[in-house]
Amino acid sequence: MSFTQNLQKILKQNIREYGMYIALFVIMGFFTITTDGVFISPRNISNLMNQTGYIAVLAVGMTLVIVIRHIDLSVGFLAGFLGAIAAIAMVFWHLPTFVVIPMVLALGVVAGLITAFPVAQLGIPAFVASLAGWLIYRGAILLVTMGTGTIIIPNADFNAIGNGFIPDFPDMGFLPGVHKLTLLIGIVAIALFIVGSFNNRKKKQAYNFEVLPMDMFILQLVFISVLIGYVTWIMARYQGLSWTLVVVLIVVLIYDFITNKTVIGRHIYAVGGNPEAAELSGINVKKITYIVFGSMGMLTALSGILFASRLQSATTTAGQLFEMDAIAAAYVGGVSAAGGVGKVTGSLIGAIVMMSLTSGMNLMGIDISLQYIVRGLVLTLAVVFDVATRRASK
Amino acid sequence: MSTPILEMKNITKEFPGVKALNNVTFSVNQGEIHCLVGENGAGKSTLMKVLSGVYPHGDYTGEIVFNGVEQKFKGISDSEKAGIAIIYQELALVPELTVYENIFLGHEIKQGMVIDWNETIKQAGIMLEKVKLKVNPESKVKELGVGKQQLVEIAKALSRDVKLLILDEPTSALNESDSENLLGLLRGLKDQGVTCVLISHKLKEVIKIADTVTVLRDGKTICTLDAHKGEVSETVLIKNMVGREIDNIYPNRQRKIEDEVVLEIKDWNAYDPKLGRDILKNINLFVKKGEIVGLAGLMGSGRTEFALSVFGNPDHYHVNGELFIKGKKHRLGHPQDAIRAGLAYVTEDRKGDGLILIQDVKQNITLANLLEIARRGVVDNNAEIVVATDYKDSLNIKTPTVEQKVQNLSGGNQQKVSLGKWLFVKPDILILDEPTRGIDVGAKYEIYTIMNRLVEQGMSIIMISSELPEILGMSDRIYVVSSGRITGELPIEEASQETIMHMATN
Repeated sequence: MSFTQNLQKILKQNIREYGMYIALFVIMGFFTITTDGVFISPRNISNLMNQTGYIAVLAVGMTLVIVIRHIDLSVGFLAGFLGAIAAIAMVFWHLPTFVVIPMVLALGVVAGLITAFPVAQLGIPAFVASLAGWLIYRGAILLVTMGTGTIIIPNADFNAIGNGFIPDFPDMGFLPGVHKLTLLIGIVAIALFIVGSFNNRKKKQAYNFEVLPMDMFILQLVFISVLIGYVTWIMARYQGLSWTLVVVLIVVLIYDFITNKTVIGRHIYAVGGNPEAAELSGINVKKITYIVFGSMGMLTALSGILFASRLQSATTTAGQLFEMDAIAAAYVGGVSAAGGVGKVTGSLIGAIVMMSLTSGMNLMGIDISLQYIVRGLVLTLAVVFDVATRRASK
Repeated sequence: MSTPILEMKNITKEFPGVKALNNVTFSVNQGEIHCLVGENGAGKSTLMKVLSGVYPHGDYTGEIVFNGVEQKFKGISDSEKAGIAIIYQELALVPELTVYENIFLGHEIKQGMVIDWNETIKQAGIMLEKVKLKVNPESKVKELGVGKQQLVEIAKALSRDVKLLILDEPTSALNESDSENLLGLLRGLKDQGVTCVLISHKLKEVIKIADTVTVLRDGKTICTLDAHKGEVSETVLIKNMVGREIDNIYPNRQRKIEDEVVLEIKDWNAYDPKLGRDILKNINLFVKKGEIVGLAGLMGSGRTEFALSVFGNPDHYHVNGELFIKGKKHRLGHPQDAIRAGLAYVTEDRKGDGLILIQDVKQNITLANLLEIARRGVVDNNAEIVVATDYKDSLNIKTPTVEQKVQNLSGGNQQKVSLGKWLFVKPDILILDEPTRGIDVGAKYEIYTIMNRLVEQGMSIIMISSELPEILGMSDRIYVVSSGRITGELPIEEASQETIMHMATN
């Protein structure tokens, strides 16, 4: 088969997966043109990534919740509330950052398990159970900030999570103005990716399994390497990798691994695909429900930390509508409302798409009213595309 | 000789691959109670769906004459308008609405634009009187028992001025006295000129009430008998129902049954809190190593519930009784426990609770035993493909690759995937629930061959099946289940379609 035929076939087979990336490119290209390149400037991209952070981690957790056919509406105000707890712990209880962060993450897990309890144990719809949480945490955040109003966080190390960048090597006289550690990390990532892909391919061939044709394989390698390289270059030319982005990347890598490679990940998708069949196959559906909501709670806490750190304060309205942004990101990222389908990497892209829209339209000076409408239309389009391609593949 | 109110002539209805009805003729006389009997799958329900318009005119061939006029129903509303009402086993009432709202649902009594509730309640009272049901029309349907709900359904039919009332197994969910009551009511309606068609598996009941009986078998009309001429008896009915050909489609096997009892169940009872009644009563059975035990019975007799109650009880029945696997007493609180104890259960409804249709063949096959191909919780994807390909080859699953989604496979191949999944847990006792339902003859033969291979290797199989030829062709020993009880145990040498059917309709 010729190169173009191969390419066509592979694009066609994976249109659902690639569709999102294509959409992201189109959106970014569009804003780059309409803003005379401001959109793609290192400064803006860096900002965009940092703004995406606290939604992206929520979207990752929400992906799994939706995969097992539930929903969690409480995460927005819970994130705000846990952010406030973190602030109080640092400001009033004078606890150090390295104690506060694990403590808040643990509280998040507990909150998630509490949401899961009525869902798993009593079969109450997650919509209702988490709506109750939405109200409770909204009240809770007002309660703990009642005396003080906004709590300013003075801890520099805590605030660095949302605003800081990873350190660089001392100036060695070459590549001035470029963040060299970021560059190095990018190069290492590309190298690891290439070596890993070749290893994987070799293992498959050893089993005589089907692999991509060589030309397509190389094309895929080059494409992804260039992408990583380009993003790294943009970051390196500004202030380097932000801590937020580091956190997001670590979360996505861990969750991607868990969902794709582990037994527990398989069980999650099985429960989403057919809970009765999963239960009869010896999978403890209740346990999976607790695990997924517990993980959601932990990521909610992380989101609260990222947001509080970014604002360097805890406010009374923190977390408002985060849950909706996270749910939208997950759906744009290809998660199916029917359950059993959805990838965390997709939801990350979904979050970036939604934030790119906001950022791009802000730069263009488009009125906020129109921004909401455009984002709503994009969400609709994404879901329609998803359903249509799924039907076509049947 | 009275005149026929309904004549269905030469009705043929085909589904892809099967002729569900083959030139069926069915004629009902004005004012009689006409019973329709036949095994599961004989075509009774299909025939009624043709009559009621669920399968619209054009979907079948043949002619329906009702009230002297040829009818071409395009949907249920057409047949309802003509005066035909069907009451299904699963009642079609809205539990949260009141009795009177349910009775007039869909044909409300109106004054102008608004519903005249006072008139509705009054009329509902009259209808309830007709069916001799003493309840407050303003009580909610969900507060009534099943027997009373059935009467509400009949009242609903009467309120539409029904001429032909069809009841599909109305007494299967009723207790003795409710059944009696219902049959009495049907006689009363007959006196008021309502014609009734009754589909029933309870032959004693049929003999008690029928004026005429029609027997269907394999989509064909076998005979129509006149009860008043003394043509109807249990023996005659059963003989006509089961005269099914046993083709030579059952592969031979070397019987190697050992003395070791691998599964024994004693004094097993179950209560379903959702239905609010006992579903299994005092079941005792055992299975030996290398044996195929058939669980025969009609649909709804409690066989699937029995299998579930044994297999870790996922539906949370209240179970009591003792269960021994290889002589050791077990309490299985979750399917996971059952799998660990050496059980496997291939479900009846492979799409509903057997397979994950949106996942591929390999993921389905390894699902129940992922730990086998995982190291420290990480699944070895390559080992998974190897395992799945092994089962694909040994079970002859027809799919291009094991990465094909299960929803794209045919029924027979889906069933083999389901079987492969349960073989991968390497069970000692395999429970198969209707293993060949809805799959073609070739795939059936393959499944039987696989079953033989498995028992020859020392596995034990419990096969639940509603198809008598299959039960007789494959089992070493047979238990017959009826209404949640075991009504008979037969070594294969003593079993025949007639003896089983006698026990199953008891």
